[in-house]
Amino acid sequence: MIGRISRTTAALVVFAVSVFPVYWMVLTAFKPTKDIQSATPTFLPLPITFEHFGTAIAAKGFFSFWRNSLLVAGGAVLLSLLVALLAAYAVARLQWKGRRGFILMVFVAQMTPWEALLIPIYVIARDTGMLDTLWMLTLVYFMITLPFTVVTLRGFLAAIPVDLEEAAQVDGCSRAQAFRRVVFPLLAPGLLATSLFGFITAWNEFAFANVLIIKDQDDRTLPVWLSSFNNTFGTDWGATMAASTLFMLPVLLIFIVLQGRVTTGIVGGAVKG
Amino acid sequence: MTLVAERPVRTPAPATPKRRRRPVLPYLLIAPTLLATAYLLLYPLVRNVIISLQEFGLPQLVRGDAKFVGLANYARVLSDPEFWAVVRRTLWFTAINVVLIMVLSTLVALLLVRLGRWLRLLVMGGLVLTWATPVIAATTVFQWLFQSRLGVVNWALVALGFEEYRDYTWFADGEATFGILVALIVWQSIPFAAMSLYAAMITIPQELYEAARMDGAGAWRVFSTITFPMLRAMFGLITCLEVIWVVKAFVQIWVISQGGPGQATTTLPVYAFQVAQSLQRYDLGAAVSMLMVVLLVLALLAYFRQLYRQEREA
Repeated sequence: MIGRISRTTAALVVFAVSVFPVYWMVLTAFKPTKDIQSATPTFLPLPITFEHFGTAIAAKGFFSFWRNSLLVAGGAVLLSLLVALLAAYAVARLQWKGRRGFILMVFVAQMTPWEALLIPIYVIARDTGMLDTLWMLTLVYFMITLPFTVVTLRGFLAAIPVDLEEAAQVDGCSRAQAFRRVVFPLLAPGLLATSLFGFITAWNEFAFANVLIIKDQDDRTLPVWLSSFNNTFGTDWGATMAASTLFMLPVLLIFIVLQGRVTTGIVGGAVKG
Repeated sequence: MTLVAERPVRTPAPATPKRRRRPVLPYLLIAPTLLATAYLLLYPLVRNVIISLQEFGLPQLVRGDAKFVGLANYARVLSDPEFWAVVRRTLWFTAINVVLIMVLSTLVALLLVRLGRWLRLLVMGGLVLTWATPVIAATTVFQWLFQSRLGVVNWALVALGFEEYRDYTWFADGEATFGILVALIVWQSIPFAAMSLYAAMITIPQELYEAARMDGAGAWRVFSTITFPMLRAMFGLITCLEVIWVVKAFVQIWVISQGGPGQATTTLPVYAFQVAQSLQRYDLGAAVSMLMVVLLVLALLAYFRQLYRQEREA
C-alpha cells in the first residue's frame, strides 16, 4: 500500500516536472499583462486573452519568418527524402560490393558534430556567394537530415517482405513498377514518419540559421527570430511566450500525428500482404 | 533513432555467366547520397582542417590569400591556459549532465515499469511533451522561469522562505547560469533516455525477477544483479549518446548566456564559435573545433563498440 502511494506520488512529480515549463509557457501566452506582472502569479488559465498572440503576429516580419522556416525545412526534407529513398532501396534490396562500407559511412555521417562545422560552412558559403541565401540553409539542413533518413527508410524497407516484390515481378512487373505499385504504398507511412522527423530537425535548427543569415534580416528563420525576442518585444513576456507557443505548435501536431500510427501502419500492411 | 538489425539480403539465384557482370544500378542509386556527403560534409570537414593550418583572419577571409602556417594555431591554442580552462569546464559540464541524466532516467524508467496503465500513459505523455519541445522554445521558457523580478522560480523560492531569492538575478552569476543550463539540458534529455531504458527493461523476462524475489533480494539487489547486467550494453549505448550530445550542446548555452557571464559557461563549441565570430580568428576557431572533434571521436568509438555489442547480443 505504502509502495503504491509513493509510486503514484513519484509519477505525479515526474509528470509535473516534465509538463510545467510548457504549461507555464502556454499559460503566460494567454494571461492578461496585469496578471503576468502581478507579484503573486496565478496558476490557472483564467481569465484568458489573445492579446499576446496578436502582438506576436503583428511583429515585423512574422509572416516572412514563418514562410522562410517552412520553405527551408520543407525543401530540405523533400530533397533528402528523394535522395535517401534511392540509397535506402540500394541498401535494403540489392546486393553489391561496398554495401557494408556505405552503411558504415551513413552511420558515421549521422553522428557528425555539426557544431564543429559552423566555421568552414560559413567560409564556404561566403566564398561561393551563398551567404544570406535560404538555398544554403536548405542544403545544410538536407545534409543534416539525410543520414537519418537513409537509415530509417532502410529499416522501413527491410520490414516489407521481399516476396511481395518478387511476386509482382513474376507477374510481369518491371523492378520499377513493382516498387511503385507494391512497395511504395506500404512504405508511405514510413515515408511520412521519416519526413516529419526530418522536418522537426530542420524547423528547430538554430546554429546555422544564426551564422548563415546575417545581413538580410528578412531572410531569418523562426528560431533565430525567437532567440532575439528581446530586440522585438523588450520585456513583453506575454508576447514572447505567445511566439514560442506558435513556434512549438507544428512540432507538437507532428508528434500527435505520429503517435503510434507509423509502426502499426507498417506492421499491419506487411502482415496483410 | 531506431537501431534496425541487419536483415539478410537474399542472395541472387545461381548466376549465369552473363549476369555476373557488375550491376550498375546500386551505384547509380547511391550516387546522389555520396555526392551530397562529399560536398556538404566531407568538404567542410577538410576545409576546417585546412583553415586550422592557415593564418586565417578577417583580411584572409575577404582577400582569400591565406598562407599555411603548419601547426602554429594548434600550438597557440594548446599553450593557452584559457583553452585548458574551457576543456576542464567542458568535461565537468559533461560529467554533471550525463550522471544526472542517466541516474534520473533510470529511476524514471524503473518507475514506469512499476506503474499501472493509466499513470504510465500520463507520465509518458508528459515525457513526450518535453521531448517535443523545440530547443529554442525550451530555452526561451527557462529564461522566463528564472527571470529576476517576475520569474515563477524566484516567487516559489521566496514563498518557501528563501528570502534571499527575492529579485535574485540568476543570469548575472556564473554558477547559477551554469546550474540553469544543466537543469535545461537534463530536463530535455531525460525523455529519450528514460523511454529507451523503459523499452529495454520490459524485455527482461518476469521469471528472473520473481526468482530473485523468492530468494529474498531487495530492490537494489534486483537492479544490480539482474536489470543492470542484462541491459549493460543498452546503458553503455545511451551513456555514449548523451556524452556526445552534451559535449556539443551549443544552442542552449549560446542563446541563454553566450558563454557568460565572464567565461562561466563557455564550453568547447561555444569557445570555438566565440573565437571565430567575435575575434574573427577563424584559424584558431577551426583548430579548437578540430580538437573538439577529436574528443568526440573518442566518445564515438566507444559508442560504436557498444552498438556492435548491442547488435550481437540482440
